[in-house]
Amino acid sequence: MAVYRDVVCPFCGCLCDDIEVTVEGNEIVGTRNACAISRSKFMNHSANKIESPTVDGKAVALMEAVDAAAEVLVLANRPLVYGLSSTECEAIGRAVELAELTGGVVDNTSSVCHGPTILALQQVGESKTTLGEVKNRADLIIFWGSNPTEAHLRHIIRYSVMPKGLYTPEGRKSRYVVAVDIRETRMARVADQFLKIEPGKDFELLLALRAVVRGAKLQAEEVAGVPREEIDGLARRMKGAKMGIIFFGLGLTQSDGKHMNVDAAVGLVAELNHHTKFLLTPMRGHYNVAGANTVTTWQTGYPYAVDFARGYPRYNPGEYTAVDLLAKGEADAAIIVASDPGATFPADAVRNMARIPVVTLDQKVTPTTMLSKIVIPVATVGVEAEGTAYRMDGVPLRMKKVVEPHEGVLPDAKVLKMIVDRVRTLKEVD
Amino acid sequence: MGELIVKGGYVFDPANGVDGERADVMISGGKVVEEINERGAKVIDARGKIVMPGGVDVHSHIAGSKINIGRLLRPEDHRKDVVPRTKYTRAGVGYSCPSTFVAGYRYAQMGYTTVMEAAMPPLGARHVHEELNDTPIFDKAAFTLFGNNYFILKYVKEGDMGKLKAFIAWLLRATRGYAIKIVNPGGVENWKWGRNVGGLDDLVYNFEVSPRQIITSLSRANEELGLPHTIHLHCNNLGIPGNFETTIDTMDAVKDVKPKDGRKATVHVVHVQFNALDGDNWMNVKSGASKVAKYVNANPHVTLDMGQAIFTDTTTMTGDGPWQFRLHNLTGNKWVNSDVEMEAGAGVVPYTFREDNPANAVQWAIGLELALHIHDPWRVYMTTDHPNGGPFTFYPKVIAWLMSRKARTDTMLEINKAVMRRTTLANAYREYTFGEIATVTRAATARALGLKQKGHLGPGADGDVSVYDVDPTAWRPSMYEHLEKALRSAAYTIKGGEVVVKDGEVMATPLGTTYWADAKIPEDVETELMKDLEEEFRNHYTVSLRNYPVEDAYLPTQQPVAAEGRGRW
Repeated sequence: MAVYRDVVCPFCGCLCDDIEVTVEGNEIVGTRNACAISRSKFMNHSANKIESPTVDGKAVALMEAVDAAAEVLVLANRPLVYGLSSTECEAIGRAVELAELTGGVVDNTSSVCHGPTILALQQVGESKTTLGEVKNRADLIIFWGSNPTEAHLRHIIRYSVMPKGLYTPEGRKSRYVVAVDIRETRMARVADQFLKIEPGKDFELLLALRAVVRGAKLQAEEVAGVPREEIDGLARRMKGAKMGIIFFGLGLTQSDGKHMNVDAAVGLVAELNHHTKFLLTPMRGHYNVAGANTVTTWQTGYPYAVDFARGYPRYNPGEYTAVDLLAKGEADAAIIVASDPGATFPADAVRNMARIPVVTLDQKVTPTTMLSKIVIPVATVGVEAEGTAYRMDGVPLRMKKVVEPHEGVLPDAKVLKMIVDRVRTLKEVD
Repeated sequence: MGELIVKGGYVFDPANGVDGERADVMISGGKVVEEINERGAKVIDARGKIVMPGGVDVHSHIAGSKINIGRLLRPEDHRKDVVPRTKYTRAGVGYSCPSTFVAGYRYAQMGYTTVMEAAMPPLGARHVHEELNDTPIFDKAAFTLFGNNYFILKYVKEGDMGKLKAFIAWLLRATRGYAIKIVNPGGVENWKWGRNVGGLDDLVYNFEVSPRQIITSLSRANEELGLPHTIHLHCNNLGIPGNFETTIDTMDAVKDVKPKDGRKATVHVVHVQFNALDGDNWMNVKSGASKVAKYVNANPHVTLDMGQAIFTDTTTMTGDGPWQFRLHNLTGNKWVNSDVEMEAGAGVVPYTFREDNPANAVQWAIGLELALHIHDPWRVYMTTDHPNGGPFTFYPKVIAWLMSRKARTDTMLEINKAVMRRTTLANAYREYTFGEIATVTRAATARALGLKQKGHLGPGADGDVSVYDVDPTAWRPSMYEHLEKALRSAAYTIKGGEVVVKDGEVMATPLGTTYWADAKIPEDVETELMKDLEEEFRNHYTVSLRNYPVEDAYLPTQQPVAAEGRGRW
């Protein structure tokens, strides 16, 4: 029996690195410190596995599947490379290379989650921090359109609400916690103050707060369903904090206004820095979605939605994003890595995806693998394979390997390298 | 790797006293040798051309979270400089925040073969090394940020030199860093409360230590550990008119530190253009370069680099969070702040140096004044603090300004007249020689970094050579435009004996070596240190101590450089 300590969890953007995993033989038999989701990921990692590489539903050898995948991509006019948020960084780099080599498009799942956050950053910037600063200093924590008690289970314990830090010796008691949401979530009940706002009115409320912080007097009795006194009170509290932070989620980025909501939040935070220290940080979902943006940016200059049709990278969310390419029927082949768009994309996009040859690299049977022409099982990063992942705040950590993958099953990076090499050979023959 | 001979060029190798004599450079097994069998060796015809050791950049921002924030922040910057894929090279983007591959190619195209990443936050060290591994051709190293690190502040406060030195050695190893980088010491810690420090004797909140104490302690520890490079210091009050006094005070603070055997310097002060401002505000700012130069000329314990400003649109990025917020407020431009727990911070703001802006004209002159007024080229190095003063791709232009008074005059005629009234540049008649250029871009930087096999062409040196299509016997300062062109696109760049650039085109993209400083710690001191680290990491970090050090997987080609320490523990 082996016990692995300080294992990094490959589930959400918290990337908790204190998990203990117990292994007997080649089976995971126990975990400690893990949240319910993390525990389930480790304990059930061998359930529902893809048994063998397949082409058109028939089991084939790995090399055969690789050759078939390369051929599909080389024959395509506009191949799409998509997914990447639940794998490690070397694989992400290979995926970018594959898109470049085939003159295709590479996109990652941030185009359907925090893509608008990045658009706002490109417009106005962002004042952010690693999570330890929050643990050590923050006395005002605001969750806006974000519900960590359901989605990032240990965030409030490890980083934001509960922990005792350098200048927050009393932990929870050292902090004032505010939840802003359209309904009373579990987070709202944990918070000291809950602001229930009308759906789609985040932008208005953020601007109202900013105006009050600047010294304006609100004329309206209420904004976004929040009474003026509460807005004035929160603005006062923000200015008076020693260090404050807004954590925001898809409630802000994917509701009406999208990137403009984040733009308003960034503006409010910048304004507050004239009075005290204030920051904001997006609650990234998949454990390495931040890494997908990071690697794609250092290789191409752009974080997602990158098109290589002209031989150099171009960027245009809304045009080169996976949902749009598929829904418009532009992509004529796709390779999906570590993602399940078949289950999550809008109907138009999935319908078109079912019409084109799709190559999928995954561990488990999913709606996407079921509509794929070619399926290649791969090792699970963080369980069966090593590699880098970037936490929601940009901190890079080394994912661990605690069990061996099934014989002949390789990590994403290795399989992608084989496809890249094969594509290069096919192109040279041309 | 075969044998190679660079034949018949005018060789500039100042470290070995060679100043433009015609000679052959022979390379075997990746190293410069005295003799090879010419038969079978590849011959590079360098007749009528300049031959120098490969360029060594002492300060640039090319890898890690800061430059990547810059890339992320500026799609509009990329669109004006796109780079298509070729048979040998990857696609990407250029200008002020080039993609990793393009940064490697463009340095090589200018004949540079070694580049220092100037600021690595320890918690982001893996990120720096991942990017360096995607940056081809040149050899590299990264400077670890120390000046606002919790443990440094703590040990300085406690006056515990032993633990301070042990922690430095440990952190350099944990991050695979090469030197002690200090950015606005104390100011960045105070910025975590939204404040700053105003000078050398202000205090850091909760620690009650001053920037002066931080700087002198780190310089002393650096020299006692015998690290290959001195401390690499970004002073307090950067970008604030009148700051030349802080800069001189800072230099003077480490005057009495005893340097490591074999060198005189105890500090390298970075991008001094931003730190040699006189005047009271940005309206009446004038050059303080002459005063700084006067101090440097009289005090051999200081080296510095220019941080030359270029009239262009660029992206500023520093570990100096409070300065970047100030710049955001000065310009109204978009602003990213990025704090790192227990250690550091950073900020990124786009900026345009404008020819018609009086302050920018003064800044442009200051960099050149420093280089021209400081007599010893072994102590003032050519940089633009890429991309803060301007992208590194403008180095050929900076060299032209250094070598040609006409080039300077032509620029002065185009820009705001403040340059005539508020700087001394018009009175500078000095023109750098090719030997001096080889010094400030290669020989001296390699020596300051303690990279013994770099920056020269003596036997045993790395086989890194640049060949430029300029005939130095026929060259006149009026021909500066031709010089710029030749320097932008090397006739040949040879890296470790392999031709990587020919006629300005990249031919091969080997992965360079990563250097890091390896200082030994006595076992008992290390045990004591680890006890501290265990406890502090458990309580105050959000990553575990065992997940903190960078694994060997991130260093496919690493080479530790041993420190040569002295003194007791």
